[in-house]
Amino acid sequence: MIQQLGTVLAQDSGSGIGFNVDLLLENFWANTVDGLSYGSIYALMALGYTLVYGVLRLINFAHSEVFIAGAFGIWFTFDALGFKPGPTPSLGTGEIIATLVLAIGVGMIVSGAVAVIVERVAYRPLRKRNAPSLVFLITAIGASFVLQQIFFVWRGGNAEGAIRIIRPTTQFEIFGARVTNVQIIVFLAALVLMFAADTFIKRSRLGRGIRAVAQDPTTATLMGVNRERVIMVTFLIGGLLAGAAALFYVMQIPSGVIYTGGFLLGLKAFTAAVLGGIGNLRGAVLGGLLLGVVENYGQSLFGGQWRDVVAFVLLIVVLMFRPTGILGESLGKARV
Amino acid sequence: MNAQHEKTAAVPFGQRVRDWWNGLNRFQQWGVLIPLVALLYLLPLINPPLLTTEPGTDFQIALFNAARFALIAIGLNVVVGQAGLLDLGYVGFFAVGAYVAALLTSPESPLRWDYPWIAVIPVAMLVTMVSGVLLGTPTLRLRGDYLAIVTLGFGEIVRLLADNVPGLRGNRGFQEVGRPELENAAGLPIFNSTNGTPWYWLTITIIIIVLVFVGNLERSRVGRAWIAIREDEDAAEIMGVPTFKFKLWAFAIGAAIGGLSGVLYAGQIGFVNNQKFDVVTSVLFLAAVVLGGSGNKVGVILGAFVISYLPDRFQEIAEYKYLIFGIALIVLMLFRPQGLLGARQRLLARGRQAYQKLLGKPEQIATESSMLDSKKGVQG
Repeated sequence: MIQQLGTVLAQDSGSGIGFNVDLLLENFWANTVDGLSYGSIYALMALGYTLVYGVLRLINFAHSEVFIAGAFGIWFTFDALGFKPGPTPSLGTGEIIATLVLAIGVGMIVSGAVAVIVERVAYRPLRKRNAPSLVFLITAIGASFVLQQIFFVWRGGNAEGAIRIIRPTTQFEIFGARVTNVQIIVFLAALVLMFAADTFIKRSRLGRGIRAVAQDPTTATLMGVNRERVIMVTFLIGGLLAGAAALFYVMQIPSGVIYTGGFLLGLKAFTAAVLGGIGNLRGAVLGGLLLGVVENYGQSLFGGQWRDVVAFVLLIVVLMFRPTGILGESLGKARV
Repeated sequence: MNAQHEKTAAVPFGQRVRDWWNGLNRFQQWGVLIPLVALLYLLPLINPPLLTTEPGTDFQIALFNAARFALIAIGLNVVVGQAGLLDLGYVGFFAVGAYVAALLTSPESPLRWDYPWIAVIPVAMLVTMVSGVLLGTPTLRLRGDYLAIVTLGFGEIVRLLADNVPGLRGNRGFQEVGRPELENAAGLPIFNSTNGTPWYWLTITIIIIVLVFVGNLERSRVGRAWIAIREDEDAAEIMGVPTFKFKLWAFAIGAAIGGLSGVLYAGQIGFVNNQKFDVVTSVLFLAAVVLGGSGNKVGVILGAFVISYLPDRFQEIAEYKYLIFGIALIVLMLFRPQGLLGARQRLLARGRQAYQKLLGKPEQIATESSMLDSKKGVQG
């Protein structure tokens, strides 16, 4: 019986699970570079999950749809600017920069707006009723369904044609790993945004309000923090970051603009947030980058189709040893 | 809260029905139940005009699907409703059950064996129970949202395994999955994929058995431990309830019921591949439980019926089913966060009666359950 089971699992092992250490070592740096650029998308989205969780103790399942709304916004911006699916146009540097800035602006505005609307329509009425957390979670799932289906009814079940603005070309090599211009832009821009978000939360008045509400909503309210406004700003920041992540996503995977496109990515980003310690901004960034890199190592080691499995197994393993994530929960605590 | 409750609102209809039911003695209850169950069994033969899903969907098949959904909801209710463990990956157990059935009975599987179909059920339940324990042992230390995301990950892992393990045949799947080998007088198989009636009867019978089993568990020490864990895990732990053990029990029992419905599903369709086990399905299962009233067995059966039956009945809306479910979930959570039928609190109610008899005055309770907590906000 066991032998039979073995044959079942190992049947035509070409597509089965491999254990290719050589490939991993060979592609180590390439995987790292690739992983960091994917990981920065996870990290940007993870910030949105972590902020909302820190303030409301809510897994905002609709965040993945907030993200894909931004991706749709960006796609339509490209479309409106006259870029059509097909070969990458050759543009001057100035044009590229202008297009990208416009696209990221639209993406951030769309995602930010959707995030705030979801908060208004779905979550705020529940807060007024002091609903328990399970109710919030179910509503979040409901909101995610609704948004996803709106995109489906609107654009149908096929992905939008892939529009590329920049052709990925190798800029330089690190230890034999090619680094493309797209990866550099994505990684650097994501770092800047994450740094900006962290600074905002740490230094600004509203950021202090967010931390106060995360730590103790009642006391914060007594101290004159406008809780509703803080929550709105939290959703807005999360949405803005998700919109930026959407541009990087469209740059890396132009064919990913589809109504279900946000789902798996959202799941991974949430996984990243939990990995780092949900409610912890730096944890989210660490978790996102770590997840992106480990996923890519796993892809080399076990084969491409095991990429997603690696992500979820990593989540379970990390939570087994550190039930509150690598850095622990701390949006409100510590760091003054 | 009780006094305020009486002042502000009349006794709700559901509560009145519940009180009436609890007031009946055992024989009277059977007197109501037996005709009701008989009616349920006769339903596919009567095919009542307004209730029928024809033309469009075969009514017998629609009934079987509703019954299968109800079985799933009962299983998930043990985990979510009774023990209060948020499981977003329940479809994983359902998939494990379906795949065990496929592997053991399909001629395309090298593991195919020659025992009768009925022997598949205990094997599948055992395997799903083991997978429940495997998932639960490392993860049940986690609470609430962390547990939710880990179970979601588990559901995805199972689906991805079905996609990628070559022996599970991915999209090609397994044809001719086994079914009960009964034959009618003419020598034709009674259980086939076109006639839903025998499958429906089989599922209803299984549901009744499972309900008796789960009901007994609920009234036992295990059930009281689950409620204690659901209401306040720390307090339960401090009062000496081995919470981890009982949470694992809930996981394993819930998983086994999910596996059982997977076997039925695989048998009726006769085909298993990787397409039906995504997270959306899992969320739909959870929606059935929450919609009906988490923690209330009658409620979750009702919820499952609504979720499975409506798209079959109104084919025009089937395309928009998830959109409508999404809106329905949001609206329902706003106005009736405890679900269509709220959590049944008979155990607490019994304790309360005893208390009242003993002291002659009602016990002072702050809140009845976390699900009912929100009512305070609505009324106050």
